[in-house]
Amino acid sequence: MGVHRTYAEINDKIKSGKVVVVTAEEIIEMVEQKGVEQVASEVDIVTTGTFGPMCSSGAFFNFGHPSPRIKMHKVWMNGVPAYTGIAAVDAYLGVNELPEYDPLNSNYPGEFRYGGGHVIEDLVAGKSIKFEATGYGTDCYPRKKIETYINLDDINEATLFNPRNAYQNYNVAVNVSDKKIYTYMGTLKPKMGNAHYCSAGQLSPLLNDPYYRTIGIGTRIFLGGGVGYVAWHGTQHSPCGPRGENGVPLGGAGTLSVIGDLKQMKHQWLRGTSFLGYGSTLTVGIGIPIPILNEEMVRFTAVKDEDIFAPVVDYSYDYPNANGKSLGMVSYAQLKAGVIEVGGKEIPTAPLSSYVKAREIAGTLKQWIQKGQFLLGEPVQTLPSSDSEIKIKGLQEKQNF
Amino acid sequence: MSPKKIVLRFPPQIVDRPLISTLVKDYDLMISIVKANINPYKEGSMVVELTGDPDNYNQGLDFLRDQGVRVEDLSEDIVRIMDRCTHCGACTSSCPTGALFISRPSMEVILDDEKCVVCGVCLKTCPVKAIEVNFNGKN
Repeated sequence: MGVHRTYAEINDKIKSGKVVVVTAEEIIEMVEQKGVEQVASEVDIVTTGTFGPMCSSGAFFNFGHPSPRIKMHKVWMNGVPAYTGIAAVDAYLGVNELPEYDPLNSNYPGEFRYGGGHVIEDLVAGKSIKFEATGYGTDCYPRKKIETYINLDDINEATLFNPRNAYQNYNVAVNVSDKKIYTYMGTLKPKMGNAHYCSAGQLSPLLNDPYYRTIGIGTRIFLGGGVGYVAWHGTQHSPCGPRGENGVPLGGAGTLSVIGDLKQMKHQWLRGTSFLGYGSTLTVGIGIPIPILNEEMVRFTAVKDEDIFAPVVDYSYDYPNANGKSLGMVSYAQLKAGVIEVGGKEIPTAPLSSYVKAREIAGTLKQWIQKGQFLLGEPVQTLPSSDSEIKIKGLQEKQNF
Repeated sequence: MSPKKIVLRFPPQIVDRPLISTLVKDYDLMISIVKANINPYKEGSMVVELTGDPDNYNQGLDFLRDQGVRVEDLSEDIVRIMDRCTHCGACTSSCPTGALFISRPSMEVILDDEKCVVCGVCLKTCPVKAIEVNFNGKN
């Protein structure tokens, strides 16, 4: 028979202060000591966390109308262009966007010190930013130019809306060539001189709910230090790839699209980030509560680093040419220990995703729930899973329609 | 001679003199200006990297001292801004001396000043720019 809980029952326990919450790290040891059955009867929620660079992120803004009104055709926020192909004073600022004066990689490797992600961090930190817009002038929106300074309080809406975050597992990047390369996975030394990985492993949200049984549209989450929601499955969501016996994907798989009010977020958890020779991005803090609806969820959330495997991929040739090759599989336990072995060679590892901060996020979310400040959101629809037959397509080059 | 970094301090009375060009013209030294803060009527400072023949190098520095310039060896420190550092760990694999390393099992990033040779690689590889360099105790 076993344990069965509903979202409503767990939320009642949160309200009455009787809920039992542990982090995705803590449950591992509990299960080792007490077994799945016992832990399932005791624990209501497991909290997860991740804090890593998430390039497919950005924010929608409504700046309000000046007098006279303007239809903003071009917008710059601290010199960084925002997308204005939506209503008159709305725009979307992507975190990878760069100022037009940035030398990019013409001075290789470019430093990309300030981009859209940094603008978002500055705004959330309460700073004023320079705002410039131009319009072509219409009868209803006659103004052609405005220059001013804005902060988050001055504008109507600021909504973080990230099309792809919280990747379920990811490649381990190495460089087999004989020259140093600069990638979105950091600076990679020649001849496999280092290996970079980017996942919180056993603390990472989607690795603790590998088939998306509880994480779906409407799931309430910790997002950038505030409260947010899962909006949809993320772009490139790929749930049908190979999985281990424990259900955990053996490479990049599921992704989440998340949304939340930027005005209640904290700049510590949304950090403008620069990758030498690659570009700018945003490091995003995400924490997701996983309800222990049954024993199966205990087994899923008790997953350990040694049981999560990632493919080692060459970023000098194999990745750029999209040939799908892997040089082997390694576990997150090996990656976190600091050395992996690939083809008989020992390679030192380094993470790009902060395990320290992932732990802090899982701990913070646990506290919010224990204090009754955060209720579970029951998904209104689950995400496409391993039975969805989703196939990720490459872009084909064609000569005509 | 391999490049050497030094700090030059210019008293207000001499900041308008063409001193650096003399090092090039008369002493055949190659100069790379790392950092400079020169303003009219104020004490100026400059961090320069000098390369050239050792005799010319010493004579060039003597010339500067004769003109009233204070010449100091450069002491640089790498400093980590703790409230910017996210402990991601990206710096640890490019640090050539292992001064930046991950403490296990906490996974915190540690900076060991004793091992740091102030090469500056981490200044560029740190994704959140949490690392700065101090010249002679000043930022």
